[in-house]
Amino acid sequence: MEDAIISVRNLHKWYSGVHALKGVSLDLKRGEALGLVGDNGAGKSTLINILSGVHTADEGEILVDGKPVRIARPRDAMNLGIETIYQYNSMVPTMSIARNLFIGREPTRFSVFGVGILDQKKMASESIKAIANVDLHLRSPDALVGELSGGQRQGVAIARAMHFKSKVMILDEPTNHLSVKETSKVIGFVRGLKAQGVTGIFISHNMHHVFDCCDRVVAMARGEVVLDKRIEETSIDEVHGVL
Amino acid sequence: MKRLFKTYLEKPELAGLILLALLVVIFEIRSDGVFLNQDNLRGILGILPETGLVAIGVTILMISGEFDLSVGSVFALMPMCMAVLMVEGVPFPLALLAGLVVCAVIGFINGYVTIWFEIPSFITTLGMLFIARSLTIVVSGGFPPLLPVDLPNWLFTSFVGPGHMFRMSFVWFVGIAVLTSLMLSRTNFGNWIKATGGFHPAAASMGIPTARVKLACFMLCSMLSGFAGMLQVLRLGSPLPSIGEGLELQAVASAVIGGASLAGGIGTVAGGIIGTILIRIIDNGLVLSHVDANWFKFAIGFLTIFAVVANAWMRKRAKAIKMEG
Repeated sequence: MEDAIISVRNLHKWYSGVHALKGVSLDLKRGEALGLVGDNGAGKSTLINILSGVHTADEGEILVDGKPVRIARPRDAMNLGIETIYQYNSMVPTMSIARNLFIGREPTRFSVFGVGILDQKKMASESIKAIANVDLHLRSPDALVGELSGGQRQGVAIARAMHFKSKVMILDEPTNHLSVKETSKVIGFVRGLKAQGVTGIFISHNMHHVFDCCDRVVAMARGEVVLDKRIEETSIDEVHGVL
Repeated sequence: MKRLFKTYLEKPELAGLILLALLVVIFEIRSDGVFLNQDNLRGILGILPETGLVAIGVTILMISGEFDLSVGSVFALMPMCMAVLMVEGVPFPLALLAGLVVCAVIGFINGYVTIWFEIPSFITTLGMLFIARSLTIVVSGGFPPLLPVDLPNWLFTSFVGPGHMFRMSFVWFVGIAVLTSLMLSRTNFGNWIKATGGFHPAAASMGIPTARVKLACFMLCSMLSGFAGMLQVLRLGSPLPSIGEGLELQAVASAVIGGASLAGGIGTVAGGIIGTILIRIIDNGLVLSHVDANWFKFAIGFLTIFAVVANAWMRKRAKAIKMEG
């Protein structure tokens, strides 16, 4: 497909005998928000883990901007502009917001072999900007992430992905365990991605959330894609039906 | 004002620092002014670097989320290797290098086994505690070798400074403390250490090479311990195979008293040093206050528990202070 930002072709993955992905092919169009739904064990997380470099596929091909790529480590995915936001996994609660924003990609001065002095001034000023850009109001970039609410943490994670100019943002069940108010805030973030030209994959158990903020829905069951339609061409009942 | 209060409550080494100030005053009064006089301070500062360097290594490793029980044994093994080599005619700088390599290898094994076989470092390094201690005695052949007379003591143990207050070892200690402290707080590597120990899945998913970070901390910890052991041997003038026994737990106590969390992610080099100073001061102050010296371990034990409880309480208080906006 011409305008596909990510294409996966015939992906297979086995986990010690279990065939978790059975030849999944999918095209993600530039600028679209894709909702990925499915029951536990349907293969959603496996697919996401492969795209974000946590696992590697046993068979199949991944194309980014039409070119075949190899994603062996999380860093490879990040360098390709694919950023994943996990339900819990993306923030260190004992560290400040500013430090969390730059984990693994700290701006440094005088670095030797990749180790250098942190540019703390830059970290502080840029994190204030990054947080303001996603319309999140926090008192100081020096506050510990452990003191933030679940929704605020997701906001910081999204701010981080935006700051590093990610082309594709994968949100792995970002609304789990959040209050109603916080959930609508996170859904607001997802809608905001479109406005900024970021492509998103939104994974959720909750069909309403997906239909609230996505353009297209892909349903997976037993390691295969069982439905792939635009939101306006389908309904919650139809998606439930195929799962 | 509130913000200042909160910032201070969040400092993990605060409880230790307050205790330190308190104890200095108490001991100074109880010892009729002997505690803070020059000779006594000189004694304390002369021994401090040895346990202090071990505590720095243990603290950093603990922040990365791991644990080392073998530091006491490495403390003895490193200078023993050096002594044996020097008896064979190897010059001091080469022997020092070889000793540090031995430490690095031990740290590497500790880390490698812990990470790749996914065993708690408590177990790996407990094993290494026995292995390294045994090697120390085997290498010595049962008799501690005699150190050559032409050692560079001027570089490590001689007294320097105004009124000959410090040994050279103290200069090394301060230098290493400043460097490691800056590494932890001001470099991206320090950030990786804290992230790895603070929440491993997040660090890994953000692309931090967590295995290599931990390996580096294990190796640094072992090398600092070995170097500290060498300082002690040069001060005592003889490589005894039994030095450093029990040091591993004292170092853990130092780190914990200084606010490091056993769970990883929290702690500072300064905290580990404050913890060490507290232990040294109690050791010394009890004697000067005419208290039965057998209370020493009681005091350390009490202090460890007290410091952790106090730190947990302060952290909770800090969290409870809500800042507006």
